[in-house]
Amino acid sequence: MAAEEKFTPQTWPASPEQATLEGKNKFLGFWFFLGGETVLFASLFATYLALKDSVPSDSHAKAADLFELPLVFLMTMLLLTSSLTSVFAMYHMKNYNFKKMQQWLFITVALGLGFLACEIYEFIHYYHAYEHTFTSSAFGSAFYTLVGFHGGHVIFGLGWIITLMIRNAKRGLNLYNAPKFYLASLYWHFIDVVWVFIFTVVYLMGMVG
Amino acid sequence: MSTIAQTQKRGFAGTVWEYLTTVDHKKIAILYLIAGGFFFLIGGIEAMMIRIQLAVPNNDFVSAGLFNEIITMHGTTMIFLAAMPLLFAFMNAVMPLQIGARDVAFPFINALGFWLFFFGGLFLNLSWFLGGAPDAGWTSYASLSLASEGHGIDFYVLGLQISGFGTLMGGINFLVTIINMRAPGMTYMRMPLFTWTTFVASALILFAFPPLTVGLFMMMFDRMFGSGFFDVAMGGNTIIWEHFFWIFGHPEVYILILPAFGIFSEIFPTFARKRLFGYSSMVFATVLIGFLGFMVWAHHMFTTGMGPIANAIFAVATMAIAVPTGIKIFNWILTIWGGSIQFTVPMIYAISFIPSFVMGGVTGVMQAAAPADYQFHDSYFIVAHFHYVIVGGIVLALLAGCHFYWPLMFGTMLSEKLGKVTFALFFTGFHLTFFIQHFLGLMGMPRRVWTFLPGQGLETGNLISSIGAAFMAAGVIIFLFNVVMTQVKNVQVGKDPWKDGRTLEWAIPSPTPFYNFKQLPLVRGLDAYWIEKLEGKTEMTPAEPVGDIHMPNNSFVPFVISLGLFIAAFGAMYQVDDKAWAIPVLIIGMGVTFGAMLFRSIKDDHGYHIHKEDLLDDADKGGTR
Amino acid sequence: MANLQPNSNNPKVDYEYRRKKSAEEMRMQVVTFTLMIFFTVIAFAAVGAGFSKWFIIPFVLLLAVVQVAFQLYYFMHMSHKGHEAPQLFMWSGVIVAFLTILAFLTIIWW
Repeated sequence: MAAEEKFTPQTWPASPEQATLEGKNKFLGFWFFLGGETVLFASLFATYLALKDSVPSDSHAKAADLFELPLVFLMTMLLLTSSLTSVFAMYHMKNYNFKKMQQWLFITVALGLGFLACEIYEFIHYYHAYEHTFTSSAFGSAFYTLVGFHGGHVIFGLGWIITLMIRNAKRGLNLYNAPKFYLASLYWHFIDVVWVFIFTVVYLMGMVG
Repeated sequence: MSTIAQTQKRGFAGTVWEYLTTVDHKKIAILYLIAGGFFFLIGGIEAMMIRIQLAVPNNDFVSAGLFNEIITMHGTTMIFLAAMPLLFAFMNAVMPLQIGARDVAFPFINALGFWLFFFGGLFLNLSWFLGGAPDAGWTSYASLSLASEGHGIDFYVLGLQISGFGTLMGGINFLVTIINMRAPGMTYMRMPLFTWTTFVASALILFAFPPLTVGLFMMMFDRMFGSGFFDVAMGGNTIIWEHFFWIFGHPEVYILILPAFGIFSEIFPTFARKRLFGYSSMVFATVLIGFLGFMVWAHHMFTTGMGPIANAIFAVATMAIAVPTGIKIFNWILTIWGGSIQFTVPMIYAISFIPSFVMGGVTGVMQAAAPADYQFHDSYFIVAHFHYVIVGGIVLALLAGCHFYWPLMFGTMLSEKLGKVTFALFFTGFHLTFFIQHFLGLMGMPRRVWTFLPGQGLETGNLISSIGAAFMAAGVIIFLFNVVMTQVKNVQVGKDPWKDGRTLEWAIPSPTPFYNFKQLPLVRGLDAYWIEKLEGKTEMTPAEPVGDIHMPNNSFVPFVISLGLFIAAFGAMYQVDDKAWAIPVLIIGMGVTFGAMLFRSIKDDHGYHIHKEDLLDDADKGGTR
Repeated sequence: MANLQPNSNNPKVDYEYRRKKSAEEMRMQVVTFTLMIFFTVIAFAAVGAGFSKWFIIPFVLLLAVVQVAFQLYYFMHMSHKGHEAPQLFMWSGVIVAFLTILAFLTIIWW
């Protein structure tokens, strides 16, 4: 199957992301990368848990002082929903409906940007209200590194999806770019997986001490 | 030899450009071999300086500060920049051929992995010329390294970070290659042991490097961006670095030793002319070592005060690893048993490896007993132990592998006579250097010590040790001489030069065509080529008719991506000194890297096809003797 | 890989079968999503209601694990055929991750 062959919904293969050897390789390689990312984030979580509330003096803010549920709830909803919309996008990708796939990806990106805006607001808020910064305490360092690594992944994921959308806007789906869309969506889900643990371990467990 | 390759005859500049842009695993293997060999020589020179300094008491050949830099760079260079890349060289050169693949799964990523390693290593070694090398030991424990002045530790952190990314990519590439690209009939339980060990080592890389990445990031943030992970005054904890370093560091030693086991597992059956004894138990032991390798890291930290329960758990887990390793040792012995043995250079290395490595293993179990380890800790006993496993295991495997696979990589055969001289010198020197160090350690000589006093019974032992090191150096020099002479003479030896090749890599013409297999071979069992030989054939049975072959295009992008990070690292390091140019350099470097990545993802690269007609034209012109 | 082969030589029949299959799967995923939202709300509510921390911590962790399993197995299709190697490596990663976190919670104490 040539990479740039034109398809119809009828001839489009059932698993377009794995229809070529290159696609299969990318698919597997990316999953393995996610396995490594699991350990990477586990290391950050472990550090956070070891250094949680570890501050030089009592004048520094601790987890229970900082976090506010409504904002975190909003961020969680934004990211969870964006996970569903990227599932919709992949549904249309498998049905060879390029236009709808692009639409859903666009919504995914919009939700991701919303999440990012909340996170930036959150960080600025901590700085102004509590002087809680990356360099104020070991707790601050661990908190911003864990949440910031996740935020960095969100930024990279947004850049990736936007690049794919623009690059392929004119030419539609083929077996060369289908794996790329699929991997970007896997990456986006993984970001959500990490967030589930962040809102649970950092925010919810931080609130109860 | 293919007509296509012949029509691409190049001048010197053309060859350089070819290697800068290559995505061919065989050429990347040569790059790894050259770069790894270069760093091996640098690390060796550092080792010689250590032994000269310690040859006599109260020596001042180097100053104490410089000595710290030398021991740090010796360890770091040998592990990260010599042993791993040299093993990667063999993995790249041999593994795809062993599984009957035309290429690796991600040729581009493979090249990127090499260039990241190379620029990371270069960056680390530039520290010698830019204000001093890292001096906190290769483990760079945070309480010491945070206090280290100058930029030495910054070079360590950034250089290892860059080269670590490259290693991680290499690992994922090998995993996917082995799972997806095996030839028809090459089931998992027919894979040669070197492929199996590559697979398990790559899986260890995948899970062991992220903790190192995180640890290095934290060290970088602490030293360069004012965070407080390891700074007790800010609420930090220096033990965190130690845990990350060893959660990475212990699997790392298995990442190194497993491929070495793999090389020996190929050499024994070939020169005993017998099937590897207990193949399935060898595979099982390999996987088990990989699994247990993640549960023992804290045995490096028995004396940090983890408490008796943690110490006991890690001690027992550590001792458990001796079991699968023992299985391997007995299987190798039983492979030789009753075989029709040929004492070629690789075989001599392999046989001498068994007792050498067992000695290292036994001292390892001694240290696994936590109470005893309180006595051994940070003494020369430890130095003796890990050199017995690393030199007696990995370096012997690398030398054996060089001799064994040289014909596969270069089409020529290293001199057996010079090889035996190298072996005699190196092997004698190795035991002379390190055996006595066990006793120096037990007599109380601390590790990493700059000098020692006369009259404490340490003079003779240290002198013997230094003489041994000179023997090893002489062995390496003769090996280099051997390499140069062989390449100057350039006598092509053709296919299956050892005559007893058992696995697929020996079934292809020499030099290997750049597309590896004209037709993918049909694998009918373990030792696929040997099975064909038993039926009187000299070629593999093809599994497919001759058809077009898809090949990837060369690319300069991997070089540029790595160069960008290399530039950015200087910016990140010098912004600490408030240099005005530092932040712009950091931004420019990251811009180069991300720009190159963007270029790669926007520009389609479909590769090209070698047409059937060209392949048929080639038919059996070259290759066969 | 078996799931890549068309089930029929008639592309039309195969096409309709696939459409139906993916529509069914999509329904499943919407249900999954609803459950995930539900779990999230419960978790936040439990914290907001101020129960004892000995109840809340295991409870929200359990909900998180279930949510993540949903993500992995439904949204990321790990339940599908052809995901044996991804499963093996994700679970190996989870084991290493668990060990790391366990160690940092138990043997780093001052």
